[in-house]
Amino acid sequence: MISRREFLQASVAASALYGISGYGNWGKLAAQQTLTQDDLLKFDTFGNLSIIHITDIHAHLKPIWFREPELNVGVGDVKGKPPHVVGKDFIEMFNLKPGSPEAYALTYEDFVALGKTYGQMGGMDRVATVVKAIKADRPDAILLDGGDTWHGSMTSYLTKGQDVVNVMNKLGVEAMTSHWEWTFGTDRVMEIVDGLPFPFLGQNIFDSEWDEPAEFPDYTWFERGGAKVAVIGQAFPYMPIANPGWMFPEYSFGIRDRRMQEMVDEVRAQGADLVVVLSHNGFDVDRQMASRVSGIDVILTGHTHDALPEPVIVGETLLIASGSHGKFVTRLDLDVRDGRMMGFRSKLIPIFSDVITPDAEMATLIDAERAPFKDQLEEVIGHTDSLLYRRGNFNGTWDDLICDAIMSERDTEIAMSPGVRWGASLMPGDAITREDIHSVTSMTYGQCYRTEMTGEFLKVVLEDVGDNLFNPDPYFQQGGDMVRMGGLGYKIDISKPIGERISNMTLLSTGDAIDPARSYTVGGWASVNEGTEGPQIWDVVENHIRKIGRVALSPNNSVEVTGL
Amino acid sequence: MFTRRDTMALGLGAATITLLPISVHAAADDAIAAYTGGASVTEGGVMITAPEIAENGNTVPISVEAPGAEEIAIYADGNPTPGVAVFKFGPAAGSHRASTRIRLGGTQDVVAVAKMPDGSFQQAAVEVKVTIGGCGG
Repeated sequence: MISRREFLQASVAASALYGISGYGNWGKLAAQQTLTQDDLLKFDTFGNLSIIHITDIHAHLKPIWFREPELNVGVGDVKGKPPHVVGKDFIEMFNLKPGSPEAYALTYEDFVALGKTYGQMGGMDRVATVVKAIKADRPDAILLDGGDTWHGSMTSYLTKGQDVVNVMNKLGVEAMTSHWEWTFGTDRVMEIVDGLPFPFLGQNIFDSEWDEPAEFPDYTWFERGGAKVAVIGQAFPYMPIANPGWMFPEYSFGIRDRRMQEMVDEVRAQGADLVVVLSHNGFDVDRQMASRVSGIDVILTGHTHDALPEPVIVGETLLIASGSHGKFVTRLDLDVRDGRMMGFRSKLIPIFSDVITPDAEMATLIDAERAPFKDQLEEVIGHTDSLLYRRGNFNGTWDDLICDAIMSERDTEIAMSPGVRWGASLMPGDAITREDIHSVTSMTYGQCYRTEMTGEFLKVVLEDVGDNLFNPDPYFQQGGDMVRMGGLGYKIDISKPIGERISNMTLLSTGDAIDPARSYTVGGWASVNEGTEGPQIWDVVENHIRKIGRVALSPNNSVEVTGL
Repeated sequence: MFTRRDTMALGLGAATITLLPISVHAAADDAIAAYTGGASVTEGGVMITAPEIAENGNTVPISVEAPGAEEIAIYADGNPTPGVAVFKFGPAAGSHRASTRIRLGGTQDVVAVAKMPDGSFQQAAVEVKVTIGGCGG
């Protein structure tokens, strides 16, 4: 009798084998110009149940460029483990072929050159085609959305998320959880939630006054493939810390893993054959939660924007990471029998926008949502000669440009740009439209402030944000990247504790060491405090780009990272 | 000069002092020793429920539970005055659990010490981080 544990391991091997046969030919196929939608969707239907997972689209409805990180450091127990593997190491770990479509989709290697061959990715009209194809094969497949859905584009900002809500409803989402959704404020969230044809889940959303579970469902049920499936929601745990709590003061969040255990036990007692957690914890937090909470079969992870071609297995729990920005969709087929998950087959489906035919109905809907704003969206503000990207633990070129814009337009010595992980890339030679600027700046608290900070305080800032990223206990990691600095260089030893990581802070304009006692003029955006004043960051960036016309950035070597 | 309130105004940049002087920890140790009368304290037997990262350091919800305990004392080992509360449970108490909200001046351990009917003491500690930096992905 094969044990459950052995079976899962056997399944992993099978999954890897499938990956080789399914992925290995693509490079060749593409070279022959024969990479087809059928290749991308090829899947040998398995078991009795299918789950479709999409997460962190950040309101990106149209195809985009998206460069995966060059640096994604893991600390403590997760050093060198997925998703903290990038570039060539990633290609090697997952047995991909350099230069192949999947290497292009999953790593930063040769991004510009390969982009010319393989094109943009994502687009919710393409995603709709994929979802329909999976449902043609498995009509009762469950479609789940991991959140960070309504926020992140100019149209979502202008419609307060309505354009994305309409698209996701049409896509057929059956449950979701949340993070940036809350930055539209409680009233707007409640207005949208009241109209959703599916539950807005979060076992960790509490009433902040009474410290009791709030009105949002902890979990929901699906009867599919003869199995009783419980889907428990886990919203972003650090909501009022990382985003402005004053916009949703009625609610408290947190990891609350003991309550997660109670929820798992509760649904098991009610006869769940399969327990799925739809999570916005971030990958490392989910990995730790999987080791502390027993009885979860699958965690659909989100928040940290990792795309992994195979599940990570913790004990008997599968962790699925489906990327961001509509670049990937995961299909997970499961064999659920006798109240247990007996095996799985999964595929991270890359949404190559030039290969997958747009779904006509969804394309029409997206264009209709965009129509009232089309001229504003598509107005060309300037051009870039540099690759513009954000994702990575330290400065990306988009933030270099944003920091330059802040220092120039707000006349400051130093600029700070938040280490969020959302925002699409642009290729050298691309036009920069207003919509492109919003892709990396859109938010409901985008005021660009100007203030003064002492050198001592600047160090506290860097130490504090650094600890949110590099604290060896995942439960203390908020899941963003390091705050990006303009005009200020520093060294960081990520192996040290808080207070000891940052050294050699330098004012780049003079080359002088930062004086702890001196005040510096500092500009930044995305303040979590109510009443922050300043022009919107996208207007600051637009004005700057208009003045310079063409963006050509010098390499940024102002951050020296050690202790890796 | 930045006050804490000002630092909060800066949002992503904001932060608090996170290193606490050793003397503060010593004050907590002294307070616990005074409570136990110097008796030895075993680890475990007490469960503390607290956020990993405080959403608001000025009012942090804390729950403590110690089955069978006569009393549970709570200490914030980084606060200038570490003693927070002592909950006393009568013989008819159905559960030995209490919840309150406490103010934490910075990242620190919250310690709960339970006094058992046989005069022994048990304790547990959890770290609560007080920060307002960081950015959501």
